[in-house]
Amino acid sequence: MSAPTELLNVQIDGVWHQFPKGTRVIEACAQAGKFIPHYCYHPKLTSPGNCRMCLIEMGMPRIRPDRKPELGPDGKPIINWIPRPQISCAQDVAEGMGVRTDSKMVKDCRNGVMEFLLINHPLDCPICDQAGECHLQEYSVEFGTSGSRFLDEKVKKPKRVELGPRVTLDDERCILCSRCIRFMKEVAHDDVLGFVSRGSLTYLTAHPGKLLDSNYSLNTVDICPVGALTSTDFRFKMRVWFLKETKSICTSCGTGCNTVIGTRKNEIFRQTPRENNGVNSSWMCDYGRLNFHFVNSADRLKTPQIKENQDLVETNWAHALVKAGEELKNFQKDEVAVIASARMTNEELWMTKKLIDSIGTSHHDVVPRTGSADAILMSADRNPNTLGAQLLGVTMATPGAALSNIASGVKSGAIKAVVALGEDLTQIGLASVDLKKLASLIVVDILPNDTTRSATVLFPSSAFAEKRGSMINIKGRLQRLNRAIQPPGTARDDWEIIRDLNQQLSGANGIYLVEDVFKQIAEAIPDLLGFSLSKIGDQGVELVTENEEAPATV
Amino acid sequence: MVSPTRTPHPRERRIIFKNIDRPGWTNDIGCYLQDGGYEELKKAFTMKPEQIVNEVKASGLRGRGGAGFPCGMKWGFIKPGGTKPVYLICNADEAEPGTFKDRYIIHQDPHQLLEGMIISCFAVNARLAYIYIRGEFPLGAKILENAIAEAKEHGFVGKNILGSGFDLDIFVFRGAGAYICGEETGLIESIEGKRPYPRIKPPYFPAVLGLYMSPTIVNNVETLCNVKYIVKIGGAEYANIGRTNNTGTRILCVSGDVQKPGYYELEVGGITIGELIYDVCGGCKPGRKLKAVIPGGSSAKVLSATDRYTIKTKQADGATLESEIGLEDVRIDFDSLAAVGSMAGSGGIIVMDDSRDMVWALNNINEFYAHESCGQCTPCREGSLWMKKITERMLHGGATDQDTGTLLSVADNIAGRTICAFGEACSWPTQSFVAKFRDEFVATAGKTGNGQSGLLSPK
Repeated sequence: MSAPTELLNVQIDGVWHQFPKGTRVIEACAQAGKFIPHYCYHPKLTSPGNCRMCLIEMGMPRIRPDRKPELGPDGKPIINWIPRPQISCAQDVAEGMGVRTDSKMVKDCRNGVMEFLLINHPLDCPICDQAGECHLQEYSVEFGTSGSRFLDEKVKKPKRVELGPRVTLDDERCILCSRCIRFMKEVAHDDVLGFVSRGSLTYLTAHPGKLLDSNYSLNTVDICPVGALTSTDFRFKMRVWFLKETKSICTSCGTGCNTVIGTRKNEIFRQTPRENNGVNSSWMCDYGRLNFHFVNSADRLKTPQIKENQDLVETNWAHALVKAGEELKNFQKDEVAVIASARMTNEELWMTKKLIDSIGTSHHDVVPRTGSADAILMSADRNPNTLGAQLLGVTMATPGAALSNIASGVKSGAIKAVVALGEDLTQIGLASVDLKKLASLIVVDILPNDTTRSATVLFPSSAFAEKRGSMINIKGRLQRLNRAIQPPGTARDDWEIIRDLNQQLSGANGIYLVEDVFKQIAEAIPDLLGFSLSKIGDQGVELVTENEEAPATV
Repeated sequence: MVSPTRTPHPRERRIIFKNIDRPGWTNDIGCYLQDGGYEELKKAFTMKPEQIVNEVKASGLRGRGGAGFPCGMKWGFIKPGGTKPVYLICNADEAEPGTFKDRYIIHQDPHQLLEGMIISCFAVNARLAYIYIRGEFPLGAKILENAIAEAKEHGFVGKNILGSGFDLDIFVFRGAGAYICGEETGLIESIEGKRPYPRIKPPYFPAVLGLYMSPTIVNNVETLCNVKYIVKIGGAEYANIGRTNNTGTRILCVSGDVQKPGYYELEVGGITIGELIYDVCGGCKPGRKLKAVIPGGSSAKVLSATDRYTIKTKQADGATLESEIGLEDVRIDFDSLAAVGSMAGSGGIIVMDDSRDMVWALNNINEFYAHESCGQCTPCREGSLWMKKITERMLHGGATDQDTGTLLSVADNIAGRTICAFGEACSWPTQSFVAKFRDEFVATAGKTGNGQSGLLSPK
């Protein structure tokens, strides 16, 4: 352990506080309840001090000839105030420092900067995607004026600039804070953005011949304090104030970036990163962020189906479950295989393990999904819950090790029935003709594929945004998914479908709440002892779990 | 380069400009050596670096670029024994409107500059130095390149200079045509290959975190030439030139409405504005009266010929005497010009007579600063263009009776709130022009207005 951080005495608006050495003045003020408006400052990036919105009055203790501070009647240092306003975003607190955030000088500064930022701004809020979450709007209310003194022609700049495949720029809205430039340089390590031209004519652009096509490009949209950078995917789709926001996690890789899912009328409009310094800082990759459109797909499976005379026909849940149970009872235990997914939640995997045990088969595994890690956030493991699948016994030390055996078993006819949970079996080397050979193929999934088309019983289930539950990321952090929207049609939660299947086989008693499923897990798995779904919280908890591959810290 | 004044005026004291327009003088090293060139360098190598720093401190030399910061104190910020290399940069980005002194040194006496630089580098232990020359001086850059090559051939630059064990390389770095590159941290960014956005101070004080985040000294051309002379005559002797706290000579660049504009090297504080205009520069043009003077380059606050200024002078008995003087009696030195609310700045003295329209003059200055604002920080970026738009409208129609007030408050919202001194440079003209000639602004706005009183609707 390092030595405790030195505490420094700082006077803010007449009140003395203590802050650890190394605290930024702007952060110290925020902690003292004195929010300082700012545009260019971002706690995760370097401070250029260019917007001048965070100007404050600052002073240092008056020093006596013996180099000790002169004390006032209250025993506290007398402060010599610097006559010029100072920025609060680039300096750390110092012993005896004085700060005024509410003086006339500070108010004048904020008022002046707000006016300057707006004179050449198009003020096109009615059609701007940022409206409702725009710092220009917010600070205008608090620090601006209602009228304009600007009588001249505004500066004209490029509009609708496709900076890259996913980001559209309106240079007239840009306040030149350089957050996006710094993010691309300092975090995404792709120094592709910059300013050109000079003075009030300065505008943002990409380097000639290059595009803002980094897999992290959409983070620039998040940190843009105004409507200059917009997501090409999201723009003009929905006013942000209509969006219901649900805290969840991204399930596109093992990192498990924390997210906010923005929905309206049971439709997802966007996913944005949510700060979690133990996982994703304030960022997420574009791939994960945009990997939600399939949830809104018109092709989603909505009703249970069973095979009758080579055709899948719709049926009701009770009938489908009974039929699935009856089919599975026809086989010896090792004539059945269970292919689960490391994209399932812990709760689903727990129910899956129970189903495996009820069947008694030794043929079970998950389908590994790998890519290359990028040293920023993206993990080589493209399954979000491989650790969960291992911990709960659905797969073993090497996920996917059992798959080739299962595939050859299906081909040879030794395996006669397969339960496929969220995975397309063509991914493990089985063709449609192989699947046709199966006497029983029970499939739980959300979208049609070769496996669902070959199913004997098909259950429509829920996508990541439609369910609650937990996952364990690649670093061993237990995190929570939350339900942002309802599944389509009569589709159900996966854990409930698997529970009902298991009931058909084992006659076991039902369990009705996902919280209770987690409780069962916590009682059975030592690593999770003492946890509950609610105790996981919005930031997740780190488990003491072996951790082989960890993504680089951001 | 053809000079407007080939013979120095009798009141001049030519030290730095000793060789400018000198008959038979050329800018090659042979000519310089024949005249005793590089003797001060040899002398400097007999001294310890800290001795030279002390001589410069004793001389009272203040920076000739514009801010007037004491040169020795600036050098003193470089702590000896540091682990990072020290860099010295000669600021030859002479771009302040009304200023044209450094270019003559570069063109006609480049070796004087190099000798001053080499001595200065030895004093602060800089082994690598740059001359940052503005892009608009292509010939100057060539001359300097040539002079450096000559100095290398003679062993004044390079390894083990004159057997002293001191190594130094000097490179010429050409700007690309931006006024902001004269701001020392903008200049440093430019050398680093970036946009010349001035750095925030703190933490980026050049003496601590300068070029490549190493201790860096940035000095003006004229300042570095003075260092050579200080080594020649000693700091104490140098301090006798000029006045207390305003030592040495300054090259004053007089432009505008005088009979004989041009450059004049004079002892600092050795002349008043009136003496300069009437005795040295031949007075106003026929039939014209003095109206205003901008005494330190276009960013200095304008002084009106009809204003009275209260100044304090220390008497022999220590008492302070207050007296009221007119513009013509104001001494041209750092402290006197600061005392009357302006500054000595870069030494560019712009004279305006009664034929000048002050709105036109301010608009001319505003156009320059709107064009040159780097655009990094909000108040300067937006305010400089706004001020220009207002003065332009006042001149060419569409003015309202609110314009004068708005103009002044825009300037007030810039000054003191920006990253670098450009904020002051662009707002001081407006603040002072409106303060001193408000009636003219109101009248001009009334003439060009569309008859409406502030009813022009925002666009």
